[in-house]
Amino acid sequence: MALPDDYLSYLKRRRGQDHDLYSHALAKDRAPKRLPDGAKVAVSFIVPLEFFMLNPSGKPFRHPGAMQTPYPDLRHYTTRDYGNRVGAFRLLKVFRDVGVKATFAVNGALLARVPPLIAAIRAEGHEIAAHGWDTDSIHWSGLDPAIEKTYVARTREAFAREGLDPRVWMSPARQQSSHTLEFIREAGFDVCLDWEVDAVPIAARTPAGEVRLFPVLNELDDRLILTVKNHSEDEWRDQILEAAEMMRAEHSKTGAQAFGLTLTPYVAGLPFRICALREIVEGLARGCLVAPAGTVAALL
Amino acid sequence: MRADPNLYDYWPYTDRPKIVWPGGKKLAFWIAPNVEYYEFEPPVNPSRPGWPRPTPDVVGYSQRDWGNRVGHWRLMELLDKYDMRGSVSLNVAMCDHCPEIIEACVERNWEFFSHGVYNTRYSYGMDERQERAVLEDSIRTVERATGQRIRGYLAPALTHTERTLDLIAEYDFWYTCDLFQDDQPQPLKTRSGKLVSMPYSLEVNDVIAYGALAMDPWRYADVLKRHFDQLLAEGEETGTVMCIPLHAYLVSQPHRIRPFEEAIRHVASFRDDVWITTAAEIAGFFREHCWDASLADIRRRGLERPGTGFQAEAG
Repeated sequence: MALPDDYLSYLKRRRGQDHDLYSHALAKDRAPKRLPDGAKVAVSFIVPLEFFMLNPSGKPFRHPGAMQTPYPDLRHYTTRDYGNRVGAFRLLKVFRDVGVKATFAVNGALLARVPPLIAAIRAEGHEIAAHGWDTDSIHWSGLDPAIEKTYVARTREAFAREGLDPRVWMSPARQQSSHTLEFIREAGFDVCLDWEVDAVPIAARTPAGEVRLFPVLNELDDRLILTVKNHSEDEWRDQILEAAEMMRAEHSKTGAQAFGLTLTPYVAGLPFRICALREIVEGLARGCLVAPAGTVAALL
Repeated sequence: MRADPNLYDYWPYTDRPKIVWPGGKKLAFWIAPNVEYYEFEPPVNPSRPGWPRPTPDVVGYSQRDWGNRVGHWRLMELLDKYDMRGSVSLNVAMCDHCPEIIEACVERNWEFFSHGVYNTRYSYGMDERQERAVLEDSIRTVERATGQRIRGYLAPALTHTERTLDLIAEYDFWYTCDLFQDDQPQPLKTRSGKLVSMPYSLEVNDVIAYGALAMDPWRYADVLKRHFDQLLAEGEETGTVMCIPLHAYLVSQPHRIRPFEEAIRHVASFRDDVWITTAAEIAGFFREHCWDASLADIRRRGLERPGTGFQAEAG
């Protein structure tokens, strides 16, 4: 049996995007952007702090890092928890030693579970972003929009209870529905870390207002590089520093560019990775403006 | 099913009471050779097959047998050379299948802890009576073969039930290697007993390193050295623990054992700062000198949550 005839009809076949969330605009046609003090590249460290429950539904897909073996998968529960107990504090120490501020993207459900970690992040002046509710509350197109709204609302409320008013949002697993940008904007988030669209933050339109899409580079994700692609720590470091060096070299042509990269506490925070992590943070701090994503989004 | 096992309280890795290991050492280092038996034709557990391929999986089976016939002896010789004792993660049926290895370890005063009866018999689906039978078998078998009362546990193939840790605590085990949340020991919230969470490791475990993380022999040695250097540096502030979990069928392969030796040589060269010991000695020291201070610190910070493992939902 053949496919229906409309399988070959292309309703959104036109110049530019096949959606209306943002305008078609190529990087090469953009007026060069400038950063303060002549900085050529802005970099943001994005540290996801996640709650991996022992009993996830795994729907609509298993969140990266979620439980893998039959219940009770204490092995993966505790290796993920290691990041929030131990690894995140190693990251904080490196940031402190080098003197840079990062963005910690926190699951709403985690806030009340790790108060000393949240307090340490705040005390050291890092940015706190919302990372949705938890790793089992994934935003996706099959989700009833009313339920998706409750995910955003309960996340907002959890931060408010801690006296926090984040503007930056990262979705669990960086997965969205077609409503996510609108719903987070309604809830007061105007910077989003899910989209890698451009080499600078760009504006997305929603009925509730504008959301700035801050580019977090998928290909520099520490979990992917180190635990999926199995590159070495030195290769991880070299790729990141190469990205920054390349963007610096392009500056006269492109103007200032920006990127975010994830440092996952249960990956980057392991003892044998701290030496390379320090070289990454030091290396970027030498040649780039290192600042939280919300700060960079406001500058560019 | 619970979201949070509540087996321990959240305890941030900062400003903890200082641990100083015996002799003023900063890092407690132990090696866990897994001495295992994977059955040729294991019975079926509904939750997980005994082998990835239909049995007999002759490639998988024979490599593990090679580990016992060839590999173990190569590894033991290496550890002898650096005067290091193993804490053997033992499938206790090895006492029946291969007493030669057990005797050689006893001669060297190595420690034994239980890693179940066979690595092809999983805890999934066991009732309490069956789990007790495995623990009693473990205690009895090792005592008979070695004279040692085992004090540690690592569930076979890392398979658990909700009651596993409560049961081992009740049988007066001192430590479990089943949890990976920290680089320091921590008291666990069991219904009875005094059970310590002992840092083992998946990340520097040879199975994960050579397998899932696809490290070549030289990279594994490099990772071990980096891991050790970081934990030793942190041990200045408060004593840390590093374990290298090993499997002779992997690490003792001819292309790997000499690069691995470089990591061991590196560790041995820091003997003045490193307590090279066994898991039971670390657990014994922690229970005696650090247990109360740890709990007091968790309480002082307001981090103590009610209930014990799997008994009360936390948060």
